[in-house]
This record gives sequence, structure tokens and C-alpha cells, in this order.
Amino acid sequence: MNKPIRTLSLFCLLLFLALLGRATYLQYYEAESLNARPENRRVIEAAYSAERGAILVGRTPIAESKPSNDRYKFQRTYPQPNMYAPITGYFSYYSQTGVEHSENAVLSGDDSRLFVTRLVDLLSNSTPKGGGVQLTINAAAQAAAFNGLKNLGPGAEGSVVAINPSTGAILAMASYPSYDPNQLASHDFKSVAERQQQLEGAPGSPMVNRAIQTRLFPGSTFKVVTAAAAIESGKYSYDSQVPGGPSYQLPQTSGSTGLVDNEGRDCGSGKISFSQAMENSCNTSFAHLAVNIGADQLRKTAEGFGFNQHYLDDLGPQVTSVFPQNLNPPQTGQAGFGQFDVQATPLQMAMVAAGIANGGVVMKPYVVDGVLTPALEPLPRTNPEELSQAVSANTADQVTKLMVDTVRSGTAYPAAIPGVDVAGKTGTAQTGTSEPPYAWFISFAPAADPKVAVAVMIQKAPGVERGEIAGGTLGGPIAKAIMEAVIHP
Amino acid sequence: MSQTGALMGFVHRRRRGAELFLLVLALAVGVGAYAAVGLGVDQEVPANLFGYGGWLAALLVGAHVVVRFAAPYADPVLLPIVAALNGLGLAVIHRLDLSDNTSFARQQLTWMTLGVLLFAATLLLIRDHRVLQRFTYTSGLAAILLLLLPMAPGIGTTINGARIWIHLGPFSFQPGEVAKVLLVIAFAGYLVLHRDALALAGRRVLFLDLPRGRDLGPILAMWMVSLGILVFQHDLGSSLLFFGLFLITLYVATERPGWLVLGGLMFLLGAVAANHFLGHVATRVNIWLHPFQYYDAASGSSYQLVEGLFGMAWGGMVGRGLGLGDPTRIPYAHSDFIIASIGEELGLTGVIAVIVLYGLIVERALRAALVCRDGFGKLVATGLAGVFALQVFVVIGGVLNLIPLTGLTTPFLSYGGSSLVANWVIVGLLLRISDQARRPLPSLEQDDRESDNEATQVVKLG
Repeated sequence: MNKPIRTLSLFCLLLFLALLGRATYLQYYEAESLNARPENRRVIEAAYSAERGAILVGRTPIAESKPSNDRYKFQRTYPQPNMYAPITGYFSYYSQTGVEHSENAVLSGDDSRLFVTRLVDLLSNSTPKGGGVQLTINAAAQAAAFNGLKNLGPGAEGSVVAINPSTGAILAMASYPSYDPNQLASHDFKSVAERQQQLEGAPGSPMVNRAIQTRLFPGSTFKVVTAAAAIESGKYSYDSQVPGGPSYQLPQTSGSTGLVDNEGRDCGSGKISFSQAMENSCNTSFAHLAVNIGADQLRKTAEGFGFNQHYLDDLGPQVTSVFPQNLNPPQTGQAGFGQFDVQATPLQMAMVAAGIANGGVVMKPYVVDGVLTPALEPLPRTNPEELSQAVSANTADQVTKLMVDTVRSGTAYPAAIPGVDVAGKTGTAQTGTSEPPYAWFISFAPAADPKVAVAVMIQKAPGVERGEIAGGTLGGPIAKAIMEAVIHP
Repeated sequence: MSQTGALMGFVHRRRRGAELFLLVLALAVGVGAYAAVGLGVDQEVPANLFGYGGWLAALLVGAHVVVRFAAPYADPVLLPIVAALNGLGLAVIHRLDLSDNTSFARQQLTWMTLGVLLFAATLLLIRDHRVLQRFTYTSGLAAILLLLLPMAPGIGTTINGARIWIHLGPFSFQPGEVAKVLLVIAFAGYLVLHRDALALAGRRVLFLDLPRGRDLGPILAMWMVSLGILVFQHDLGSSLLFFGLFLITLYVATERPGWLVLGGLMFLLGAVAANHFLGHVATRVNIWLHPFQYYDAASGSSYQLVEGLFGMAWGGMVGRGLGLGDPTRIPYAHSDFIIASIGEELGLTGVIAVIVLYGLIVERALRAALVCRDGFGKLVATGLAGVFALQVFVVIGGVLNLIPLTGLTTPFLSYGGSSLVANWVIVGLLLRISDQARRPLPSLEQDDRESDNEATQVVKLG
């Protein structure tokens, strides 16, 4: 009977090898994907029980873990909740957003850059802590941005983004209305679930980060792109005369649907200077310019600034700004002043301003400046990256002059700062419905050596009369406050 | 039934000292794990560490002394492995107790004590395993009665859809575990008598020599009855186990691989049919194939399995450390899913160690079967080894989602009195068989000495 017993032992060996193989596969190769599954509560439970790293603006934490005496050892707290919510996101039992989500590996201490620290913790038997995340945000600019939106009054909706043009570092990113991430980070999971549901259905969608997740008609601020495309085409320059006049019939159209006007602003007749067209935000001129240079040139320039592209890795999900494909001439004309299907996020318009400010070079935007060890010693920082060369330096210079004129003697005057050359452009985009228009404002300063580029978008301002809603009057002062905060700290 | 070992002059050493040394290591595993649990959960060494360790040590030393006197040639590795597994199981159950505020570990220790006592009784009462052959039919009948018990109204209870428990006053008992041992004896006793008839008499059909009906009849009936009962009791795991046991002993007894082919085909047919006609089997198979789809399902949920998988993934290579994981998320972490708790807190390393220990038990049992001198002993040892290997494969494979999950206890680790006691008895039987197998042949030595004496007394005749 020994032969079958030997055969049987081989069979048993196979059974055990199968078990060993499966266990190895499960606990070694498959472990990471299992840990990443949304149903897996162990990972989040552990995160609740470990000291998560802080998110810092300057030296001030805007998200930190404090010891807690309840079921979990640490409580995530946000000292300036509403102001920074669009950036930090929240860290709840059920989900995470913002930097809490995108930098989770660092904050939880699992990132490979923290390997040495982790090893030291292991050897010295101290409880592992997560690493810190240093943001590029400028606290004064952020406060100016948030308070500017808040002061528009109850029910206001809008967003502000400020960028350092030469690096792409985001200096401010505000979205209003906002929410309190502390309520979602609570250990009382029942109230968290209720609050989350409440917030998701709340008026004004406070959980939406409008800076990157709301795209609207950019309106007249898009004329900066049209002007850049026109000059880049070689057909026009700062000194050129451009078509003017009180109205312009789009090609291939007839009647009022294809008729562009200037809402009463002085755009002369016949030919006017490029400066006058920009200063008075002449729809007729820019529609005509767009038709003259063609849809392809306009789209190429817009895409150079970041339209139709994904470029933000630090926060998500980013909504892609759109410049449509295959426009016919009348559509191109409308696109020339930021209507038709052209849609942009506030971040995108800030990048337009930043690109012009940076000599036509658009930098990739980022909000995480660097990673810190749990002891807050800095690890290598984020290197600024070039996204694209949207236009030539020469073109950028000429557009800058047009924008400076617009602040000095045009619609963008509310952003003027005494003693500093500010470049700016207003926008008041029609919503296409009976709703009040959106107010936009983009600017950068100082014009000669730009330190900051800003985009302000005001989606709704119920406290302001409809006639008063204009990019310059609403957005200008906010942009000014932010630029001052950066230039004169 | 070769006697090559003895004929070649090879005599097994007793190796009781080695056993004692390994037992000390096993004790260190059990007591060390218990201390680590205390440190992990309460940040202090448990106050009763010495009492607990002393009790464990007394049990193991007692078992060792019994082996030393009652089965001096028994395999020296089996007892320490079993002691290590049992100690580890106790520590893990204790760890879950601390989180759940239960006292399963205390009960398990009581059961372990009973198990060791029965282990000793097995060795002391059964001085030669061949006496068990007398009880072939008695065991078979007893096994069937035991399997029927849970169906009896009044004492039988249904837990988690399987009617495999009986309750007598404060005691609950799973008779299937004991029936397992009895069936091994019954199969072995019957097959060793009828193996020649089964293998040689009869007609050849295709590749298989079909035995005569009167030879196969009784054993087939016994198997059908036990399997039928299990199907009615919804106990998939045990059905699989008994089927495998039947097949293995039949194959080893007849030395006809055709039985394996036939059995494999029958198994496949049965599996397909069960998947088709039995709702609870289909549910298990669906969960096996798509575990994450049924995570939140109201009925037939894969929650337990998936939480077990998450736990093992969370444990990774080296585990979270005893008391530092979250195994209480897994329902029944202390019984069927104890291997997931071990995977979470001791990691892949711990799981591999446990699987290898089980593998060693099977290997040692099969080795005893190989060197055993009588057919009955060979069949019993092989049957026990086969049952053990299958049980480990079915339960751990189920938890690892290698095969559909079926409820079975993890031998020596899981909480459960009947299983623990039955497994200690199995080890007792294995030690008895290996003692018989490794013991030098007294008659041969004596013959030699007598002939030598004769040679000195009588004038040499040539």
C-alpha cells in the first residue's frame, strides 16, 4: 500500500503549496489593491488612530491632528475651516477630498519619501507620525480672496485664484460659499453622514471647489486670449488700428441673432486703436478680430494657455476648460469675446493672466510646495514646470501694455494700485438665461515684473443690483486687495 | 506491508529528549503569544501569565510523560507541533476575547485539558491500534448515529443554517467531529479485510476493475448514509471531507488509481449539481467568484469573507502585531476565520508558519503510515492524514478565497470543544500507530539470541 500513500503525500503537498501560494499572493501582491478598496474600513480606522501630518500655510497649520479621548486617538481639526476648505478638503470616515486626498500617502506617513523617518520610528519604537504638507498659499492673499467674496453679501457665489506667474505656485484659491470640514471630520459618524448629505444638497453647492470645478463663459476676459492670438498671428500689433463701430454683423448671419453690440461703450466707428478696443472692451472689435485670424489660430493660443488640457495634479477632480473644435466663422466671432461654447474655470483664467505676465510661458499650477518630515524638516520641494509657451515674449509684452491701459484708463480701473503698474481685464459674461451675468476680472502686477496674477469670478451676487454687476466694479477691488497683499506684505 | 526497516537492521531511535526540547519551544510559542497579546492590547504583561503558562506547561509535560511511558517510540515531532498550534490558537482567541468581552479562551483551555486527558487515555487504553479493527462495524454504526443526532428534535440546533450541533444541558457539541474519527476506523477496518476482493474480484469496465456488489455494498451504503445526512444538514465542508476520506482510503487499500478518476468525476458532477440545485451552494460559489459584489448584500453577504481578506491584506508581510490589528471586524474571527485573524496580526509570516505546521502534521502522519507494518494501521494513519489535510485545505482555502467558503473548524486553532477534543484523539491515535511502526521487532531479536545461545550449547552441525 506504500505506493498510493506516496502518491497521496504528493497530492497533499500540492494542496499545501496551493495554500501557501494563495496566501502569499493575497498578503503580498494583492494587499495594496485590497487596502485601497473603498469598502475597506481598516485603513481609515488606522488613519483615525494615527497622528496624521499637518497641512501648513507658511508656518501655520490649516489642518492638524490633535489628541482625542474618544474611540480614536486623534481628531483632525481645521483652525480656519471655511477659508481653506476648497484646498484642504476634508478627512471624514467615509471619504477624503482636496489635499487630504491627493497627499494622503504623505499625511498618513506611507509615502516612500518618508521611508527613513518610518524606519527610525520603527527602531526607536516611537509611534509613527505622518509627514507634513507645505502649501504654496500666501496667507494674506488667501484672506483677501476669501473675505472679498464673503463681503459680497449673503447668497454670493464666486471664486478667486491667484498664481505666482513665474512658477505656477498657487498663492490663493478661494471658493464661496464654503463649508466647515471640522463637521465632516468628527468622530460622531452619524452626524457626519447627516451633515454630508445636507451639504451635498445645500444651496450654492458649498462643497464644490469653484476654482477648479466650475466652468463658465469667461466673457470679455477671454479677449486677452483673442488679443494675444491676434498679435501672435502677425496681422496686428499694439499700435494697430482694429475694426471698431457700435455693432458688427457676424459673417453668414443676418438679423439680430448674429448682431454683436457693445452695450453702449464707446467703440468709435470704422477703425479704432487696439488700446481703445481693449479699454472699452469692444465686443465688435474682438468678434471681428477673431473672425479675421480664424478659429484655428484662436484655438491654438487658447490651448497654449491650458484650455482643453488637464494640468492640476495636487487637487482634484479638475474640470477641463473648453475651447470648442471646428468652429464656423460666426461661432468664432462669438468665441472671440468669450461666449458661444468657450468655458473656463477661474484657475484657467488666472493662468491666462499668469501666462501673459510670464512672457507667454504658462507654468504648470501647483499648490503643494513640498513635503515635510513629521518633525517638519523640509524634504526636496516641488520644481516649477513649464506647461507650454502660449505666445511669444514679444506678444506677451504688447498684450501687457493693452491690459495696463485698460486699468489706467479703461473698464478695469477699480484694480489700480497707486505707484504700481497693474495689468487687468474685466469680463461680464451673459449667462444665456434670465439670470444676472457673471462678473469676471483678471489682472497681474507689477506689470514690469509680475509677482502675482489673479482671476476673480463672481457667479451670483444677490446683494448687488443687476445693473451694478460688472467685472470691474465687483471683481476689481477683490483682485486689487489680493495683489496688494502679495506685493506689499 | 514491507518490513524493510527492520530487515535492513535499522532501528528507530526513541527521540523522547528531542520531543521534550521541541515541546519547550512550543510552550514558548503559546506563552509568548499570550504575553504579546497582553502587551498589545493592554500594554502590560498579563497578570496571570505564570498561572496560565504553568497550566499549559503542566498539560504538555503530562502529555509528554504519558507518551514517554505508553508510546516510547512514537513520532517526536507531532506532539510539539500540535502543542504550538493549540497554544497559538488559545492566545489568538484570548486576544479576541479582550476586544469582544467574551471568555472563549477560558472555555477553550478547559476543552484543551479534556483533549489532553483523552489523548492520554487513547495512548494508555489502546496499547495496540489493531484492537480497533474489532470495532469496524460498531464504529460505523456509531458514526452514523452521531451524525443523525443533530436531526433529533429537542437536542439538535441549527446554527448559521447548518444543523450540526446538539445541546445537552449547558454543553453544545458537534458530533460530526467525533464521527470523523469513527468513520476513519470503520473505513480502514472494512477495507483492510476486503481490499483483495475489492481490487481483484469483479469485472473490468473501461479503465476500472469494478468490484462485486457484495464487497462494495456495505462501505458504499455507509458512505451514502453519512453523505445524505450531511446534505440534509447543510454541512458542505464535512460532506466534502467524508467524500475525500472515502476516496483516499479506497485508493490506498485497493492501489487502483481508477478510483481517484471515478471519484474525481463524481465530485465534479456532485459539485455542478449542488451548484445548480442547492441555493446555499450557489450563493457560496457566487461569493467566491465575485466577493466584492456581495459585500453589502442583505442575505448571502460576503461581508465575513471580504473582511477576512481585508484583514489579511492589512496584515501584509509581518502583520500588525498581536492585539494591534482589527480582527474583531470579522464575524466568527475566533472560529472558522481564525486564520484571517492570524493573517492580520501575525502577517503572511504567521500564516505560512501555521500552514507549514499543518503540512508537517500530515507529513508525519503519512510517514507513520509508510513505516507501519500492518494494513489496518496504514489505512487509519493515511485516513487521518487525508482528513486532516483536506480539512485544513478546505477551511484555509475558503478563508483565502482560493475555493468557495465552507464552514469547518481550523484544527487546534479554532474555538470549538468537539473539534479540539477530536483532534487530540486523532493525534493520540497517530502517535500510537507511529509507536507501533517505529518500535523494533522484539520477536526477531529474541530469535537471533536464542539461536546464538543454541550455537554455544550444541555442537555445530554445519
